[in-house]
Order: sequence, then structure tokens, then C-alpha cells
Amino acid sequence: MLLALILVPFAAGLVAFAIRHDRRRRAILVGTAVAHAAMTAVAMFGGKPVEPMGEWLDLDTVGLLFLGITSALFLAASVYAVGYLEREVRSEHRDIEEGLLFANAPEAVFTGCLLLFLSTMTLVTVSHHFGLLWVGVEATTLVTAPLIYFHRHHRSLEAAWKYLLICSVGIALALLGNFFLAVAATRESGMPDPLVLQALLQHARQLNVPWLNAAFLCLLVGYGTKMGLAPMHTWLPDAHSEAPSVVSALLSGALLNCAFLGILRVQQVMEAAGQALFGRQLLVGFGLASLAFAAAFILRQPDYKRMLAYSSVEHMGILALGVGLAGAGTFGAMLHSINHSLAKAMLFLVAGNVLAAYRTKLAPEVRGVVSALPVSGTLWVAGFLAITGSPPFGAFLSEFTILRAALDQHRIGVAITYLALLGLIFVGMASIALKMAQGPAPRHAKEPLLSILPPVVLALPVLALGVYIPPPLDRALREIARTLGGS
Amino acid sequence: MNMWIDSVLVFLVLTNFLLLGSRRLAARIRLSAAQGVLLGVLTILVHADNIGLRTLLLAIGTMTVKAGIFPWLVRRALRETDVRRSVEPFLSYTLSVLTGTLLLGLSIWMSSRLPLPGSQAGSLVVPVAFFSIFAGLLLVVSRKTALMQVLGYLVLENGIYTFGIALAYEQQLLVELGVLLDLLVAVFVMGIIIFHISREFDHIEVDRLSTLTDYHP
Repeated sequence: MLLALILVPFAAGLVAFAIRHDRRRRAILVGTAVAHAAMTAVAMFGGKPVEPMGEWLDLDTVGLLFLGITSALFLAASVYAVGYLEREVRSEHRDIEEGLLFANAPEAVFTGCLLLFLSTMTLVTVSHHFGLLWVGVEATTLVTAPLIYFHRHHRSLEAAWKYLLICSVGIALALLGNFFLAVAATRESGMPDPLVLQALLQHARQLNVPWLNAAFLCLLVGYGTKMGLAPMHTWLPDAHSEAPSVVSALLSGALLNCAFLGILRVQQVMEAAGQALFGRQLLVGFGLASLAFAAAFILRQPDYKRMLAYSSVEHMGILALGVGLAGAGTFGAMLHSINHSLAKAMLFLVAGNVLAAYRTKLAPEVRGVVSALPVSGTLWVAGFLAITGSPPFGAFLSEFTILRAALDQHRIGVAITYLALLGLIFVGMASIALKMAQGPAPRHAKEPLLSILPPVVLALPVLALGVYIPPPLDRALREIARTLGGS
Repeated sequence: MNMWIDSVLVFLVLTNFLLLGSRRLAARIRLSAAQGVLLGVLTILVHADNIGLRTLLLAIGTMTVKAGIFPWLVRRALRETDVRRSVEPFLSYTLSVLTGTLLLGLSIWMSSRLPLPGSQAGSLVVPVAFFSIFAGLLLVVSRKTALMQVLGYLVLENGIYTFGIALAYEQQLLVELGVLLDLLVAVFVMGIIIFHISREFDHIEVDRLSTLTDYHP
């Protein structure tokens, strides 16, 4: 089962490279996404836990949560991608910013890389071996670089190069962190392989503390680069704004979470080793820094896709902050990861629709989205409200839970900073997103079903989660909060 | 045995300094290949008491990839992009070497703070590994051409590898091969992108890749 989850998209990806027929390749893309989602659903609701593969591959609650998010987003994105590719088949395009002509990468490369991307993300969510986790995260970088460079022009090339180099260097530091972790465990002679999560958790008390802390620092900076924590986030706005919208949705909603999982795993070891406080303080620091950077760059941001990208930096900061506060904070952070992933993926897909209709990424040139594109426009406003944490959407609940966790621990400074930055970001995004929605429509555009159905499907659960959290989900989130320590 | 290990490590330090000071691209590629050979030798030396199939495979794999395939890929990218001339870096060569000595001092200080428990590889390993990592980072941030950044990335990886080898703990072969494969694909993808950069811009100087920014003056 676990192997099938990884290997089915992997095999489909390789096949997609070889197929020449466009329609057949798209059918494989959607078919694989459906199969993957079905398997994930069985793992989630099947009643009995999934059989682990040795000590390396296992699906625990937090892995299952992130796997579920990834699989659901990929399904929505694959349906959207079919419509997107339909529109993109023309051989030459006029660039919307500078008017130059460019071609796209071959569609086979795009589809193949998308499927390999799903496979590598699945590997990250199920691996319980730090080495394997590293291999998975690095592999996601490599298969997404061609996706970012789908439009063959110089801006996307620049974005892909920055992404590849910054993330590779960051993830190299995470590899160093893995070795440090191994050093921290060497005194424990009974461990056959010092990088297996289960073994580390069992022997956590005997780990060498200075090396463990050094390992945590390296892994936090390394995976934090990939996750988009400030100040290592610099690749993120470029990559998210230049990649096709469907890729941005997956990068933001699924990939950033996977990198966060790497940090969560090592924080789990820190908790078991009694070094939780060191890890938590760093997470709170990086979290607030990310919020501050995001607020600074969202205000007066002219490009609406970059605005969404900086909003991702913000939300990754919120996740780090929540886990850093532990206890109820972790509960809030996990709930928030669901809300953020769904809402942000939806917003990127809608942004793709806006981009297709208006042919510009500059927010001041986009007016009257609601009247020009009724469904996308409504979703755009709803998505803005959802992502900024307004009630009745789910993000309000999760952001509020994190705030309460800060107040319960009497960390007034953290709470005030957090609230102030959230307020700033709300104002910044409101002045951009709402102005885009209002006004007279310049012209009416068509909204194909394939481009509005996926965002609608993603929007509904975000709304539902703000009103009602199903008991099984509540139990799962509580269990994750327990394994990550805290009261 | 320790003497041999130490001499290999000293050679690693020397190649790093040469890389920091060298002006010619071809020489730099040769130096990074030399580092690959040194790492392969180091793998065997550290495990000298019991050389198994695993050690041999790893040593051969390291040498093939780091001394054979990587230099070949970089050279190919160099040929295709046809950039022979050297571009002045952000940090001049003399200053790079001077910064290198500072970084060496920093590495020695850092390793004195983090003693390696139960290693057979001697006391030089940790400082040398740290120094390679710092030198690699310095090369990545201070050089202007994409090719030099890739070489810097390789030096950084070599430093991390030095650390991993010297640790001599029994990591699963599968994982190490996975790591090696990832690196291989990374350099391959970087090579392709460099090729596209040169075709798109007629140069591979990354400081001119500056359209995407939020720092509007």
C-alpha cells in the first residue's frame, strides 16, 4: 500500500514522458490523481492502520494529515491542469509583461514532472528515516524546477535558477543536520541505524545534547529554506509568481507543508530528548520573522501573484509559531495547515483564471473581477477573506487557537506582535484584493467548467471547517499535538 | 593510518584554498575533480581495518560521480555555453583567500566547541569538513557566473560528505546511493538550466538575473 502510493505516480510519471498523444497523457494525469486520492482515502477512512514497511516507511497521524492534503490538492490541480493545458497548446505565446514571444516546455515534460512531484511528496510524508526524508525533499526540488521553467522566457528561467540554487544549498545544510543527528546518536551503541525516527525517539534521552541542538539548527535552516521561512524565503515569491498557476498552487499548498514535516520530525525528537524549549524558541523566532517579512512586502505589492506568495511566507510563519507555542498551539497549527493549503491553492487557481482573462499580473490594472468573471470573482473575495483569517472561515478558528495558546502561556509580547502583523497583512491584502474585485467589468470573459470546478471544491471545506470540525479530525489533531509535546 | 587520513584532509584544505584563489575555470573544474578523488581515498582509509563490499562500492561510486561525471557535466556545460573568459567576482581573488583563512580559523574554533564522540578519523576531520562547507558557501555567494556557483555547491557538498565519511557509522547503503543520485540529478538539471541561461541571455552571469525583485528603488 505504502509502496503503491509512491510507485504508482512514479511509474505514471515515467510513462507520461514517453507518450506522444496529448489527450491520453492528460487522462493518465487525472487517472493517477484519482487512484492516489482513492488510496489515501482508504488509508484515512479504512478503519485499520496501514501496514508499515519495515522501520523506514510508516504512516503516522501527522504523515497521514499531510498526505491527505497533498493528495486532495493534487486531484484538484490535475483537473485544473487539463483545462490549462488545453488553453496552452499553441506553440508560441506573447509574453504579457514585455511582449516578447516565447514557447512552452513540451507538455510531456510538464505532466511527467507533475506526477513525479506527487510521488516524491508522498515519499516525504511516509518516510520515517531521516536520510530517506532528505532524499525525498531534495527530489521534490529537482522535479519542480522544470515545472517553474514551463514558460520558456527569461523571467521564469531566473526564478527556476534561484529556486534550484537556494533550495539545493539549503537542503545541503539539512543533510549536514542528518549527519549531526547521527553523531548525536553514536554513543548509543545498540542502534543499528541512527537515523530511524522510531529508534531515535526510543533512545532520545541518551542523545548527545550539543550535537542534537546543532542538528536541529541545521535541519531547521535547511528545511526552513524549502518551507519559505524568512529570512531564507527569497526564492519563494519569484518561483510562485513565475510558475504556471496550477504549479504555484501545488508548491504553496502541498510542497511547503512537506518541508515543514521535516522540521516537525526533528522537533519530535527534540521533545523526546527533553530539549523541546530550544526548538520551540527558535520556531517562535522564525515564525514571527516570517510574519514581519510578509507584512512588509505585502503592503503596496503591485503583483497579485507575488502577494499570494508572500502570504504563503506569512502562513508558514504562523505554522512555525503555532508549533513553537506547543500544546494548543500545535493543534491550531495543524488545523491551520489544512485551511491554508486549501485556501491558498484555491486562490492560486483563481489567480490563474484572472491572469488568463486580464493578461496581466499587475493588480492595479485588474478591476471588476466580480462582474467580469462571476464565479472566479466571488471565489477571489471569499478566498481573500478565508486566507486573512476572517470568520466564518476555518483560518479564523486556527489563527485564534494559536493566539489563545500564546495568551494562555502569558507570552503577551508574542501575542501582540502576532496580532499586529496579522492586522497589517489584512489591510495590505484588502487594499489589493478587494480593489481588484470591484468596479465595472472591462469585458466579459468565458469561465470554462474545468477552471472553476476545482477551486469551488477546494473552497467548500475551508468554509465548513470554520463552522464544524468533525470529531475524527479533532481526535487526530489532538494526537499530533500530544506527540509534539506540551500541555 | 591516522597520518594518511590527516594528509588527505590537508590536501582537501589546500584544494579549497586553490579554488578560492584560482582565476581559470578549467583549473577549478580539475580541482573539484581532485576533491572527488580525495574523498574516495578517504572513504577507504577510514574503513581500512575492515574493507567490505559496501565501502568499496561507496568509494567507487563517490569517485565516479564526483571525479568523473560532475567534471564532465560541468565541462560540457562550459563548452556549450562557450564562456572562456573569467568574470571578476564580487569578492576579489585575494580577498577570497584572505576570507578563507578567517573561515579556517572559525572552523577550528567551532570544532573545538563540538567534540566528535568516538570517531576513528582523528581530530582534523570536523574542522576540515566545516572549512569545506564554508568555502563552498563563500564560492556560491561571491562568484558571478552560474557555473562557478555550481562548483561552489559541489565544494559545499564535498564538505558535508567529508563529515559523513569520517563519521564511519553504518548508514544504509541505499540511502547513501539515494543521496548520490539526487546530487547527480541536481547537477544535471543545473547544467541544463545553465545552458538555457546562456542561450537566453548570451551570458551566464547571475548578477544580471535581477528582473524579479521587490526592492524597487
